[in-house]
Amino acid sequence: MLRRAGSPPLGLWDATPMATRQTTLLARAMVAPSVILLFLWMIVPLGMTIWFSFLRYSLLEGRGDFVGLFNYEYFLTDPAFFTAFLNTLLLVGAVLAITVIGGTGVALLMDQPVFGQGVLRLMVIAPFFVMPTVSALVWKNLLMHPVSGLFAWLARSVGAEPVDWFAQAPLFSVILIVAWQWMPFAALIILTALQSLDEEQKEAAEMDGAPPISYFVWIVLPHIARAITVVVLIETIFLLSVFAEIFVTTNGGPGLATTNIAFLVYAQGLLQFDVGGASAGGIVAVVLANIVAVFLMRMIGRNLEG
Amino acid sequence: MARRRSLPHRLTVTGFAWIAALLIFFPILWMVVTSFKTELEAFSTPPKFLFFQWTTENYAEVQERSNYFGFALNSILLSVGSAIAGLLVAVPAAWAMAFAPGKRTKDLLMWMLSTKMMPGVGVLVPIYLIFRDLGLLDARLGIGFVLFMMNLPILVWMLYTYFKEIPGEILEAARMDGATLWQEVVHVLTPMAVPGIASTLLLNIILAWNEAFWTLNLTSSKAAPLTVFIASYSSPEGLFWAKLSAASTLAIAPILVLGWFSQRQLVRGLTFGAVK
Repeated sequence: MLRRAGSPPLGLWDATPMATRQTTLLARAMVAPSVILLFLWMIVPLGMTIWFSFLRYSLLEGRGDFVGLFNYEYFLTDPAFFTAFLNTLLLVGAVLAITVIGGTGVALLMDQPVFGQGVLRLMVIAPFFVMPTVSALVWKNLLMHPVSGLFAWLARSVGAEPVDWFAQAPLFSVILIVAWQWMPFAALIILTALQSLDEEQKEAAEMDGAPPISYFVWIVLPHIARAITVVVLIETIFLLSVFAEIFVTTNGGPGLATTNIAFLVYAQGLLQFDVGGASAGGIVAVVLANIVAVFLMRMIGRNLEG
Repeated sequence: MARRRSLPHRLTVTGFAWIAALLIFFPILWMVVTSFKTELEAFSTPPKFLFFQWTTENYAEVQERSNYFGFALNSILLSVGSAIAGLLVAVPAAWAMAFAPGKRTKDLLMWMLSTKMMPGVGVLVPIYLIFRDLGLLDARLGIGFVLFMMNLPILVWMLYTYFKEIPGEILEAARMDGATLWQEVVHVLTPMAVPGIASTLLLNIILAWNEAFWTLNLTSSKAAPLTVFIASYSSPEGLFWAKLSAASTLAIAPILVLGWFSQRQLVRGLTFGAVK
């Protein structure tokens, strides 16, 4: 095979040493723009964030003295940070639980021989393509409004007291919206994995009269475990920086009830003009994301070998 | 799926599947229905599902009152522009990595992926300050560049996985038949690569269209796309549900259609080839 990693570079053109050197050069020239751009994009702002995080720096008063780790101390000991950290964990954890369990359920249903599968698929995948600001406002107003929302009407029609979602359970409301957006993603990827399940294995299980539960636990689950892991890791990366949904619904409130780390950094920097503090917060966010990224990268890297 | 099942079983499963799908799809459906109501009926309790005076006045009014077309134009220019600019840089890179891999190609790919793991807030403040000093805040060029950089790693990765699937035997056969390098690229490789390039382009348009962290933070009016336009409906005085629904429907319709066409690529693009 020509293109397997580890084979001599390029069998595409003639493989004389001369040509090889030329093509290697050509290949480098083709890759260079992407690498240089991404390198600058990553290193310049990140370097600046790290530098600012050691300064007393206000958007209004300009750059000030070097203050060492003061900003980190300030950011990490601020009670708001602890709340935001907890909210971030709750948001990520709850959305993951809902989307993975719900997504697996939906994927299992869609994998059955149902009528109208194509249409069903389109309907299930749709929320993923809705821009975050739209889904947040549609949910907040049309569905969750305490007086005129559809949920309030549903509650009243069964004789229950309507819930004032964003006042009584603000974080849960945000979780619900974000979970709705990400469930299709989980379902689609798990469905893709389900569809690659070996037909013979399915039939063998059928022949043996395996009850549905043990069929699921012993055959289906191990098969989709990898897809679920990928869903968890990728969603975590995106969910750690949920922003727009909070920005348009609650603005982090009431109080700090829906402030996550991403929103706290934004508020610190662009609302309170504390560049130093926000930078320290940004670095904390980067570190958190990297912890997840290490696992994700390892999985994808392993796939690249195969 | 080949598990042989009786018709009643099939009907039951179909019923459950439709209930689940309708529940998931309902908010979008409800939004579209609401967009055809008058403001008064949009608020009415009990809610009206089908039997109300259907009207398209909200759509007309969204255009008139606010500069909807301006925002829509920005969305189109930014998403298509950034995706095409991304392709111009990413195609050569992915091509070289797929067909002339070196010792460090894999490390390079992984490194590119790692740049995508950096959360936006980590670099929000410096980007904001740089843009402010360069006059790029609320400028198409500025936000377009950010969207371009956001999607570059995904572009390279997706294209790489597509190019890797082009079988080498075909190239050998072409060479046996005496094709020159140029002929090989134009007549053999390019036609095989076009579907992959097209679906990569599509997915990146979708991602850029829906991007809401940078657009909310770096644009306000002149360069603002539809994400920002819709966000302006969050202010209390702007709570006109029927108009919000009409504007929202207009904002998501094109991308919903594109999205439905690119479901398969979505899996590949968003999992960096880890699930195919």
